[in-house]
Amino acid sequence: MDMDWMAWTTPTAIFFLCIALMLAAMTAWEVVSPTVEAKGFLPMRTTRGDRLFIGLLGSAFIHLGWLATTDLSLWGALAVSLVWTAVVIRFG
Amino acid sequence: MDKVQDNRAWFLIIPVFLIVAFSAVVPLMTVVNYSVQEIFGPGQTFFVGTEWFEAVLADDRLHDALVRQIIYSLAVLLIEIPLGILIALGMPGGRSARTSLTLVLLALPLLIPFNVVGTIWQIFGRGDIGLLGATFRAIGIDYNYTSNSAHAWITVLVMDVWHWTSLVALLCYAGLQSIPPAFYQAAKIDGASKWAVFRYIQLPKMRGVLIIAVLLRFMDSFMIYTEPFVLTGGGPGNSTTFLSQYLTQMAVGQFDIGKAAAFSIVYFLIVLLFSFVFYTIITRTGEGERK
Repeated sequence: MDMDWMAWTTPTAIFFLCIALMLAAMTAWEVVSPTVEAKGFLPMRTTRGDRLFIGLLGSAFIHLGWLATTDLSLWGALAVSLVWTAVVIRFG
Repeated sequence: MDKVQDNRAWFLIIPVFLIVAFSAVVPLMTVVNYSVQEIFGPGQTFFVGTEWFEAVLADDRLHDALVRQIIYSLAVLLIEIPLGILIALGMPGGRSARTSLTLVLLALPLLIPFNVVGTIWQIFGRGDIGLLGATFRAIGIDYNYTSNSAHAWITVLVMDVWHWTSLVALLCYAGLQSIPPAFYQAAKIDGASKWAVFRYIQLPKMRGVLIIAVLLRFMDSFMIYTEPFVLTGGGPGNSTTFLSQYLTQMAVGQFDIGKAAAFSIVYFLIVLLFSFVFYTIITRTGEGERK
């Protein structure tokens, strides 16, 4: 099938692959050990999936904020996002 | 007795997954792909990294459109939600001809296509042939939504209120109808005031439908395009140019596909963020009281 119209690039393919792997890993984790709602530093009780969503949404805004305010490499934003997502999933 | 675990029902939602994949996920992936490229035509694409995102984030016209959009959506919510609740509270209950007539009348604006609503209000507001415009002129108000920004804003807002308050009212009405009469009888025995009945019985029982109403009205108003486009074309100047219209100008008018794709992603993330915040606030409200 000709997929030219989707205009795939290597970075975007890697990005979506990571998202897909994350979802697959979360599904497997859920099967092995079902999530329970927990209350951490976030103002509401959240499941593991909720925290991943908040982590990813926050990461998107960290990247946008980084682009808007600095000329530094985007790898910095990725590092901050990884820390943010890990903190939210563990302590959120 | 142990609960029987059977996950075969999951297979039944495969068609929905497929439809969502083709109608939402694949287009969204394509937009992400476009957002990092300069698109000249099919097969003529050049990787530009985050250039479009940087351009979008530094775009003053986009900032102005975003501020206008936020003010507009908040105004829509502040007007339509209380008004919808008030209308629902005033609607006749039970099964009667009056109830049916009210429901049909309320549903009418919802059945009118968006571009027709814009056209109706465009003619309605005209000073020469429109009832609203001519009435304002007759009483000495120099109303002109094509040249006065304030008039354009008020007209676009009133048009949205006219079009969509019925939806909020109908949803709230459905919530009110689900309250068993025993609740009202208990309140009457306790001598509860009308306000107390509303605050402690009707409002909590409407919570579920209000979540849907707020989210639907927020997302719809945040993505509004057709009605203001038909009514004012985004003018006068850019005073009623909201995000969707600016995005369309960029994508279709200027054929700036890459930049428009980056704009779309930022737009999508903003809608997602606001919807998540609203959903969380509304679902958490009253949690403490129920415990």
